[in-house]
Amino acid sequence: MVRRLARPAPQPGLHRLRPGHPLPGGHRHLAVPDRLRRPLDCDLSKAQEGSQPGHPFGFNGQGCDVYTRTVYGARASIQVGVFATLGVALLGSVLGGLAGFFGGAWDGFLSRITDIFFAIPVVLGGLVLLSVVTSATVWPVIGFMVLLGWPQIARIARGSVITAKQNDYVQAARALGASNSRMLLRHITPNAVAPVIVVATIALGTYIALEATLSYLGVGLKPPTVSWGIDISSASQYIRNAPHMLLWPAGALAITVLAFIMLGDAVRDALDPKLR
Amino acid sequence: MRGPGLRPGHRARLKQEFGLDKPVWQQYLTYMGNVFTGDFGTAFNGQPVTELMANAFPVTIRLTVVAILFEIVIGISLGVVTGLKRGRPVDTTVLLLTLVVLSVPTFVTGLLIQLLLGVKWGWIKPAVSPEATFDELIVPGLVLASVSLAYVTRLTRTSIAENKRADYVRTAVAKGLPRRRVISRHLLRNSLIPVVTFIGADVGALMGGAIATERIFNIHGVGYQLYQGIVRQSTQTVVGFVTVLVLVFLLANLIVDLLYAVLDPRIRYA
Repeated sequence: MVRRLARPAPQPGLHRLRPGHPLPGGHRHLAVPDRLRRPLDCDLSKAQEGSQPGHPFGFNGQGCDVYTRTVYGARASIQVGVFATLGVALLGSVLGGLAGFFGGAWDGFLSRITDIFFAIPVVLGGLVLLSVVTSATVWPVIGFMVLLGWPQIARIARGSVITAKQNDYVQAARALGASNSRMLLRHITPNAVAPVIVVATIALGTYIALEATLSYLGVGLKPPTVSWGIDISSASQYIRNAPHMLLWPAGALAITVLAFIMLGDAVRDALDPKLR
Repeated sequence: MRGPGLRPGHRARLKQEFGLDKPVWQQYLTYMGNVFTGDFGTAFNGQPVTELMANAFPVTIRLTVVAILFEIVIGISLGVVTGLKRGRPVDTTVLLLTLVVLSVPTFVTGLLIQLLLGVKWGWIKPAVSPEATFDELIVPGLVLASVSLAYVTRLTRTSIAENKRADYVRTAVAKGLPRRRVISRHLLRNSLIPVVTFIGADVGALMGGAIATERIFNIHGVGYQLYQGIVRQSTQTVVGFVTVLVLVFLLANLIVDLLYAVLDPRIRYA
């Protein structure tokens, strides 16, 4: 029992406890190691030390446990990836889909807007827009990614809606007197959504990598938040003496991005055999 | 600007010197007028922006040339090899490698290569000198190119694998041309259009997007100046550099359009 507790296993909710708080369930007198009660606490005397029992990944420059921080870093990084992708996919497919369905002036206007957004280099735009943000939460970064990311999805959604619109069954539905919203929701969307899902899945990985790059340049997430990008960035100062501090979060980041790229490939194979 | 040593008249004089006492539209007109005569203004530290550009652009152009060369030479060769041997072990290995390269952010690759080659093994200097000669830029160029390299490989592979079954390739083989000539003259030339499009768009991205790479290897190029400009809120520097970058981007796309006609003589610009 004690052995199991002594492992630096992150337990949901525990990180919110303040010093002296009772543990959930009132086990105030349970002999829990102090570090487990506040897993993100640091011990400066152990700064930059390597792997040792109970701390498989060693310690970082402030003496924080790298394993704990790598596990917690998944939260911010995946949060950014998932919410940015959701925002981009929703905004992009609604705007692009409507433009493709109705065509006309709105379509032309939207295409020019997407052209403008495509010309903005992402990292450069991030430096300019995010350098004025002081908030330490993940939301400004997510908002920025949605702002620069939606045109990509909008283009794809527009293209696939235009293709789906010309199908016979859509014409049949129109002939039977279906309303615009019924045609869009019941007939076109199910047949046009596959490419959007594929691109969004692959983009999820790249957003996680982008968050890390922005954090490395000092404009992404900010220190009270724990993220792989922040940890890689702060570890890069110590890379000559203690490369392990960089390798673990970077490895977690790379594996996550790789996983989403491969998931995207698998989704494409499953949804659209023609693209293979 | 509001430090204790600032005398009352000083502030007004500085404002007048930088033209900040005039209305915004007048500032804008003055700025645009100067830009068209080649004057991008003065950064707040007193250096003319054109002087910063004259120092930064040659370095970044060298870095970009190295990166593009890597993309063309390594990317296209790997793409041709894998496209011809689709499904074989070579193909699978290279595809896996490109996936790994794609999933590691450039700045992590850069830091690791700097640590291994520069610090641990001592093959290269960890930081590039201010002159930034071509031989110093080989490794940073490879790092900068790495992600695009993987894309170029995959694009070429798909394109080659698709065109390999085309009728004109069968004709070329049937009329007895050597394999080398079939691949270089007939297959490759027809497969390069999407690749050239990508590389052309990439020139602009590489020049402006080298911020992380230039920071790691301490290269004082465009990315470095832009980063400094943004951190120090020097509007003149940022606007000037971005203007020139956009021009470079447009020029690169124009060259790509002209290259289409070279690759595929059916495309003509009357």
